[in-house]
Amino acid sequence: MTTTAVPTAGPREAVVAAPAEPDADADAAPLLRTAGLRVAYRTPHGEHLAVDGVDVHVAAGELVSVVGESGSGKTTLVQGALGLLPRTARVEGSIALSGVDVTRWSERRLARVRGSYVGYIPQDPGTSLNPVKRIGTQVLEAVVLNQRPDPGSSRAERRDAAVEALRVAGLRDPERVSEQYPHELSGGMKQRCLIAIALAGRPRVIVADEPTSALDVTVQRVILDHLERLRTDLGLGVLLVTHDLGVALDRSDRVVVMQHGRVVEHGGVGDVLSRPRDAYTRRLLAAAPTRHSPRLRATVVGPVTAPAPAPPPDPGVPPLLEAVDVTKTFQVGHGRARREIRALDGVSLAVVPGRTHAIVGESGAGKSTLARLLSGVGAPDRGHVRVGGVDLADLDARARRDVRRDLQFVYQNPYTSLDPRFTVERIVAEPLRAFRVGTRAQQRDRVVDLLEQVALDPAHLARRPGQLSGGQRQRVAIARALALEPRTIVLDEAVSALDVSVQAQILQVLVDLQERLGLGYVFITHDLGVVRQVADDVTVMKDGRVVEAATVDALFDDPREVYTRLLLDAIPGGAR
Amino acid sequence: MNATPLLDAPPLAAPVAPAPARATSPAARRVRAVLRTPSLLVAWVVVLVVVGWALAPGLFTDVSPLTGDASASFLPPSAEHLFGTDRLGRDMFARTVHGTSTTLSATLIAVLVAFTVGALLGLAAGYLGGLVDTAVMRVVDVFLAIPSLLLAMVVVTMLGYSTQNIALAVGISSIASFARVMRSEVMRVARSDYVEAAHGLGVRRSGVVWTHVLPNSLGPVLALAALEVGTAVLAVASLGFLGYGAPPPTPEWGLLVAEGRDYVAVHPWISILPGLLVAALVLSTHRISTWLRRRAEEVA
Repeated sequence: MTTTAVPTAGPREAVVAAPAEPDADADAAPLLRTAGLRVAYRTPHGEHLAVDGVDVHVAAGELVSVVGESGSGKTTLVQGALGLLPRTARVEGSIALSGVDVTRWSERRLARVRGSYVGYIPQDPGTSLNPVKRIGTQVLEAVVLNQRPDPGSSRAERRDAAVEALRVAGLRDPERVSEQYPHELSGGMKQRCLIAIALAGRPRVIVADEPTSALDVTVQRVILDHLERLRTDLGLGVLLVTHDLGVALDRSDRVVVMQHGRVVEHGGVGDVLSRPRDAYTRRLLAAAPTRHSPRLRATVVGPVTAPAPAPPPDPGVPPLLEAVDVTKTFQVGHGRARREIRALDGVSLAVVPGRTHAIVGESGAGKSTLARLLSGVGAPDRGHVRVGGVDLADLDARARRDVRRDLQFVYQNPYTSLDPRFTVERIVAEPLRAFRVGTRAQQRDRVVDLLEQVALDPAHLARRPGQLSGGQRQRVAIARALALEPRTIVLDEAVSALDVSVQAQILQVLVDLQERLGLGYVFITHDLGVVRQVADDVTVMKDGRVVEAATVDALFDDPREVYTRLLLDAIPGGAR
Repeated sequence: MNATPLLDAPPLAAPVAPAPARATSPAARRVRAVLRTPSLLVAWVVVLVVVGWALAPGLFTDVSPLTGDASASFLPPSAEHLFGTDRLGRDMFARTVHGTSTTLSATLIAVLVAFTVGALLGLAAGYLGGLVDTAVMRVVDVFLAIPSLLLAMVVVTMLGYSTQNIALAVGISSIASFARVMRSEVMRVARSDYVEAAHGLGVRRSGVVWTHVLPNSLGPVLALAALEVGTAVLAVASLGFLGYGAPPPTPEWGLLVAEGRDYVAVHPWISILPGLLVAALVLSTHRISTWLRRRAEEVA
């Protein structure tokens, strides 16, 4: 273990000196600075410029956010700052730590600085810890590598250092956690363990790459609070990379907006918010949903020129889709470890034509289980699911299949819900073929028509999913769901995997379609900002139960339950 | 060992110029990718030459494989007799070339049997699950527990000695590995969102299996088939060597090696050159299989 500490003569002197030496003029130079950084990847199709002349600096006690959508070069910038770029990358410009240029440093020299000078918090806590080692061992590894405790220090002393690191990272019971394995911890706890590992080397700068993107909003809030506290209390510099403009505006001193590898906007939070200079920043600001976003209105007025506001729920209209007191339990484990998990417990809701019913809640609330039951996959243990007044349980397989024509489903991840071998045309035509609707030629016309409805160029007909962007794929999935002219569509986190600007486009497409076709939507999401934009009715769920159900305005303006208020307060972007 | 003779064939490859046109069709790009990787190029050349021998042996040698000149026995390899001559003065190169079709057709039949039966069993087990899965996989486990060469020998003994029966036996003994790979792939694909989506759209079960599950699970199984060609060549040659196959004087690779084994100390080329050819073919199919698997992964 400690063999890594054995010095090899020569260049090592400089290595040890480098991070220490700048202490003298630490006030002058920022902790981390990139100047004119250009990173290009060599690919079979020529060079791809991922980062193009980026200047970013982080001073002590400063929290700087880098915001951008996928493909903007955020991650490449982080890897560059940490010296973790792959071999295929060509780097120009300079990266300096406390004024010392480390751009040309060898991998060995950089490795000494990582952890002890620059700490790194990775994106996905679920995959960033070694699943077969105890947390304590993993933190200890970071402590031994970076703090270089006395060779004479006892095991117990080192262990204490690891436990202390976990305590600083904000874990309430660090002794117990250090004895546990990653799978025994929740996502938020795992992310804190990663923070502990990043802090173990007592770094001066922390680089956090989307540290909360995989977490629930309430957990995200706690983790970000903690990062802010580290900055204030320990005087660390923090470089926070995020796709969420709301998070960046809430938390940082300065914001750097990136697009296509370039910095398009750079300034204090107040300036960027009140006077965005760049068109792209303005677009991002407009697209990012917040607690106070207005309801989206249809842009295209349909044949029936109805007034814009959504129709109020009419008691005379029977619901399209209805769950009555639905309960569902799952058996997990085998033998003695076998136990029951109650995923849904007495849940009721109704979806009416022309309105959107949102189901919100954090992970584990039972949203997806409910979505599957509503779309006729599986059956509830107790209670009823009715489609157009007919109980699904009373139907045989054939009748169920016919009911499906009225009820379609759009999945969260457009990268897995489309067969990679099918062309767009075949994907969208699949339901038409399954129910033998029309001739081949008619089916083709219908597919072209459907693509136009979701604002996708018919030139994409012959493409395969691999050749489309995430937003385009989700449009294909929506077109497929529309093919049989359903009356209800269940959307399970259908925009969560998309960039905000793409998300805004898809939401607009959905709102327009609703206006034109009078569709009822079940909109499942964890993002309350989006709910405000598209929903008419909201059901808040927690641990398989309905916490609160109300119209969207009532819920946002006058939440009755504590949990609802907690969720609403945790929506990022409150700074606006 | 001295690997030079087995690489005698590849020189055909050298003159092949790098792809001349800037063609951009997928096929052209694939050909260019092969040309850029020398080991893959050598592997393809070996396989193509051997296939050529099997299809049209007359094009490669005009010497009879069956009649020899007794006065010219045990001649070492030379320009006239590339692989030397045997006890009866028969040209070993001609015998090897003419023996290719026997060995190769047996191999292909074996792989075809293993692939078809194994893939169907795996598809049924993986997609239907439950009792079908348990039943099929326990039988497969039994097959896996018996060494495949031993199993093949048992089957040939039951069916009678002939090359066709060798092919069947080798095929049956490798059904199990195909079934396993196919089952795990089918289970992965059957769980995917697009398969669930297809069910949700109202596509019938049989339609889902043929249009979504089967095409998306075949990639790794095809790569295994390429790998299995190599293994099957070895198995067919081994059984031929042991005398379970075609009777002499029919030229067959395993038999050629067996005929030379009494003279290995004095006239080693009789056994070694056909043996090296088997080795070269096996290595080449392995190389191609790796390439196929990588491509399947890239698609997925």
